[in-house]
Amino acid sequence: MNKIIAKTRLSDEVFRVEIEAPHIARERKPGQFVIVQADVEWGERVPLTIADADPHHGTITLIFQTVGVSTHRLAELEAGDSIEAVLGPLGNPTHIERFGHAVCIGGGIGVAPMYPIAQALKKAGNKLTVIMGARTKDLIILEDEMRAIADELIVVTDDGSWGRKALVTEPLKELCQAQHKPDIAVAIGPPVMMKFCAETTRPFGVKTPASLNTIMIDGTGMCGGCRVSVGGSTKFVCVDGPEFDAHLVDWDGMMLRLRAYKPLEDAAHKALHEGGACMLDTMAELARASAAKAGGSK
Amino acid sequence: MSGTSTAGLAEAARKVLAGLDGKQLANKDRMAIPAQDMPCQEPGIRAHNMDEVALGYTEAQARVEAARCLQCKNAPCVPGCPVSIDIPGFVGLVASGDYHGAAEVIRKTNLLPAICGRVCPQEKQCQAPCTLGKALKGVERAVQIGRLERYVADRERASGGTPIPHVAPPTGKRVAVIGAGPAGLTVAAEVRREGHEVVIFEAFQKPGGVMVYGIPEFRLPKAIVREEADKLERMGVRFELNTLIGRTIPLPALLQEDGFDAAFVGVGAGLPKFMDIPGENFVGVFSANEYLTRCNMMRAWDRERASTPIYPSKRVAVLGGGNVAMDSARMALRLGAEEVRVLYRRTREEMPARAEEVEHAMEEGIVFDFLSSPTEVLGNDKGVVTGLRVMSYRLGDPDESGRRSPVAIDGSEHEVHFDTVIVAVGNESNPLIAKTTPGLNVDRKSHVLVDASQKTSLDAVWAGGDIVLGAATVILAMGEGRRAAAAINEYLGKK
Repeated sequence: MNKIIAKTRLSDEVFRVEIEAPHIARERKPGQFVIVQADVEWGERVPLTIADADPHHGTITLIFQTVGVSTHRLAELEAGDSIEAVLGPLGNPTHIERFGHAVCIGGGIGVAPMYPIAQALKKAGNKLTVIMGARTKDLIILEDEMRAIADELIVVTDDGSWGRKALVTEPLKELCQAQHKPDIAVAIGPPVMMKFCAETTRPFGVKTPASLNTIMIDGTGMCGGCRVSVGGSTKFVCVDGPEFDAHLVDWDGMMLRLRAYKPLEDAAHKALHEGGACMLDTMAELARASAAKAGGSK
Repeated sequence: MSGTSTAGLAEAARKVLAGLDGKQLANKDRMAIPAQDMPCQEPGIRAHNMDEVALGYTEAQARVEAARCLQCKNAPCVPGCPVSIDIPGFVGLVASGDYHGAAEVIRKTNLLPAICGRVCPQEKQCQAPCTLGKALKGVERAVQIGRLERYVADRERASGGTPIPHVAPPTGKRVAVIGAGPAGLTVAAEVRREGHEVVIFEAFQKPGGVMVYGIPEFRLPKAIVREEADKLERMGVRFELNTLIGRTIPLPALLQEDGFDAAFVGVGAGLPKFMDIPGENFVGVFSANEYLTRCNMMRAWDRERASTPIYPSKRVAVLGGGNVAMDSARMALRLGAEEVRVLYRRTREEMPARAEEVEHAMEEGIVFDFLSSPTEVLGNDKGVVTGLRVMSYRLGDPDESGRRSPVAIDGSEHEVHFDTVIVAVGNESNPLIAKTTPGLNVDRKSHVLVDASQKTSLDAVWAGGDIVLGAATVILAMGEGRRAAAAINEYLGKK
């Protein structure tokens, strides 16, 4: 059992929880993830990246987006509640060294797993540029945190509602075209974003690791549900990754595998909302109501 | 086995038992007693439920079957058992109706009889050298030792459960057991009995290893595995679940920082092998481990309650001929597949699966394509499986091991339509412990190297089960666990 110490709603769909996990807090390194199960009897095992850790207090921070039934159930838990099972840290840590100029590209919720990697790259003495993007202003997360560590921060939105109106690949391409191109470009985000980051850096020969987010069940290498083709050979993302050379990943194959359960997942998610079983909408309303009340009494 | 109802088997056994009553039986008489078939759920019914297929002997059946044992002085069956149960001893007690005494005899060397009686390949172990089977010219006519072991264990469970083994006073010594599979559970019990403190570290949310994620409910009800774990807890063994040694806590830290005096590594062979043919990453291709983990551990077969999804399959190909292949095929059938075909490179005679499981699968309607193996997985433009390109084989001359190897028939390739492919061609040792533990010697397949007492290259660390053997059986893992536990107890006694 891992107790939730604090919980914040970062946006409509994105939550941050700080949970008790002393062993994981002590051992984890940037790039690693956990498998979380809200209910060990019937719940699903979902992989989430460790966004931050405090070994002194024995806590880790997870940031997740409510995309289906399991993340919804997780989001319904409050500070003081416990997550029944948290397994980790899993996967290989990110290789961190002093490369020179490091660019971190985070898309959507991918900004959360990018944060500890950016932190570590900065600490290792790299010049750090962070490009972070989202569909719209409301989905931008961790901007202040990133600003605090980055030498240069570029924020983009698809609709131009915040920062520059562009896709993350545009500033990335400009950086690659500069006189001193980056020494490394780390990409984390939706697969399609990582694929196009890889295509952007490929002609410039900029080393581009990407952190893959495939379907997982056990997360310990015993099932191969997360397998992906890298450089023509099959790799298990949970133990051989999650980071791979983005120029060698079979992105199209990976995206097809990610959609394997889409119809089942969508049906379950829809049933959750239509059956009135989703507590999040109610919780948000209550929060808004109490905020309005607090505001009114001033 | 099919065609005879449970009631019919029970009635026939009662008649035989009445005829034996009070008689002094000569060997000739014992040999004439009919072998007792296992009552089973009807194939047409069980193919649509997850309940246990084999229902267990009735009391009369157990006593009749036990009466067949010739009580050989040399007891060739005992060395056939990896944990050396006194088989004539317990079978003799069953014949005389002393089931409690029989349970006591089994318990001396085996703490998991309800499990072993169900999943051991007895026809290759204790029942293979049985004198009666030899005399009647067929291992299937040997004394049905496994079924009797199961009867004794189930009877005891039904009458209030097995007693908690006596635990010696605390010694102050602490032992870490890594992995809660058959090897780890055995070590935990044997070491705890001596009064040492035992903590089992398990990566998953439930203890049991392959007994929970691999072997389906219809062969081994999970309640039985749960009972065994509960029994260990009542002996004072502590479980640390969701803890992956090598990641959550490094193995050396257990010994150097966390105050453990010894450790046992029983992390198994959970790494699935693939065929390494084109198309294996298409959607709809699963390792048997993934398919069975979703169904067994995550209980995806219960669509109402489980959140873990299972792929909707209509035409399923299972590749392989072992028990894992049989379990996958029968599971797919129970989940609603219309046709399930097992593709195996050799013939039925060479199949490593238990004869009983193959027979059950055939009764349930699983189709076997012997002497065939795929060369490619076919898929559509959406990356979804549409079928297999299959090559036919013939059996060639015997190789050094005496097995006739399959030889591909030129020009025999053909395409068969499938929407799901389950790959069950074996597992390898989990390399994580070796990778994260400096000084632990392993071979090139990541099997941990041990001496005759299961001791590894590291001080105070023993290992056993599939991490040493490669993918083997539950009972062999338990046998290794017993040896390791004896060595650990001896080591701690001197320390």
